[in-house]
Amino acid sequence: MSLVNFTSREITCKIVYYGPGRSGKTTNLQYIYGRVPEDRRGRMVSLATQTDRTLFFDFLPLELGSISGFTTRFQLYTVPGQVYYNATRKLVLQGADGVVFVADSQIRQLDENIESLQNLQANLLEQGIDVRTIPLVLQYNKQDLPSDLILQVADLEEQLNFRMVPAFGASAVVGKGLFETLRAISERVLRKLSEAQPA
Amino acid sequence: MTGAGSWSLGEQDHRRITEQLNDLLRESNARCALLVDRTGQLLANAGDQLQFDPTSFASLTAADFSANDQLAKMIGEPEFASLFHQGEKESMYLADVARRVILVVLFDQRTTVGLVRLRVKQAVGDLAKLFEEMFQRGADGKPALPSLLEGADDEIDKLFGD
Ligand SMILES: Nc1nc2c(ncn2[C@@H]2O[C@H](COP(=O)(O)OP(=O)(O)OP(=O)(O)O)[C@@H](O)[C@H]2O)c(=O)[nH]1
Ligand SMILES: [Mg+2]
Repeated sequence: MSLVNFTSREITCKIVYYGPGRSGKTTNLQYIYGRVPEDRRGRMVSLATQTDRTLFFDFLPLELGSISGFTTRFQLYTVPGQVYYNATRKLVLQGADGVVFVADSQIRQLDENIESLQNLQANLLEQGIDVRTIPLVLQYNKQDLPSDLILQVADLEEQLNFRMVPAFGASAVVGKGLFETLRAISERVLRKLSEAQPA
Repeated sequence: MTGAGSWSLGEQDHRRITEQLNDLLRESNARCALLVDRTGQLLANAGDQLQFDPTSFASLTAADFSANDQLAKMIGEPEFASLFHQGEKESMYLADVARRVILVVLFDQRTTVGLVRLRVKQAVGDLAKLFEEMFQRGADGKPALPSLLEGADDEIDKLFGD
């Protein structure tokens, strides 16, 4: 749920990184945190288990700068991907303006990806949101792994990208494809916001 | 839930909200008050200068409240309309406003939780009225937003520029 404050001329949007357990959602945010100039980002908050699995969420506020006279902020969240954390996952998803689905490219994770996509659709629907109308971008992560372990981007497109949304091959550990992903979701979210409040 | 609507906070709204918060602080002797929406965005604050990062504070507040909401449902309560976290010196009191917003009050030994609770109850009523009005007014009274796409590319480039 975006917030437009006409007094302070600020816009804040919420972007949620979704996907199965261990697909690399937290790694996405950690890399972005490390690369964005200090004056463009706030504190990163991570609520995780002792083994570094996300328990509730990671949170990273970014300042995009001034767009059309409005200071524009993005708040990036990750959900916990593990199946049994669905209750907290729903809470984090509430009010999302856009979703980045981080898929794990490993062949043996294909079912987990599909299950997580279905879970996204169900959780959005519960909040009265059609997955076809919310800004969505796919990321095929871990493309750096040996090719006999992973599916190629073209195969993943066929298996996961039913809605033909923008999709990017990526490797979150080395930062490949992460900014392309974030740029694509940013554009979609801002476009939707402009349309929702016609000038 | 609340549906996919977005917030717009006009100048008038902002002033009236801040006035409410200032009244609350004066009459309860609390240190500061924040209003956070259910998705974790800070809408307004009043009182002492904040000694922490307000953005992460707001996101954790929303998480705290929504987790407790689910706990309430599990034990057969429709909600916990308020939460109280007691510290040695600093304490905080959180209250739901119109199911859309959370009022957070920070206070210390200069007052008591009883007084804070009493005064928060009244503020919640007044704020709820204010927010209901805002929702009902809906999109009509809002100023128009210019196209956000112009210039967005440049700023995104700067953010990611090497
Ligand atoms: N090879 C490789 N490993 C990765 C990549 N991205 C993440 N990993 C590793 O995968 C593991 C899980 O990464 P996380 O970012 O914690 O995964 P997550 O999606 O946040 O997992 P949950 O919090 O359980 O939902 C870590 O050991 C990462 O180092 C990648 O692009 N390539
Ligand atoms: Mg994680």
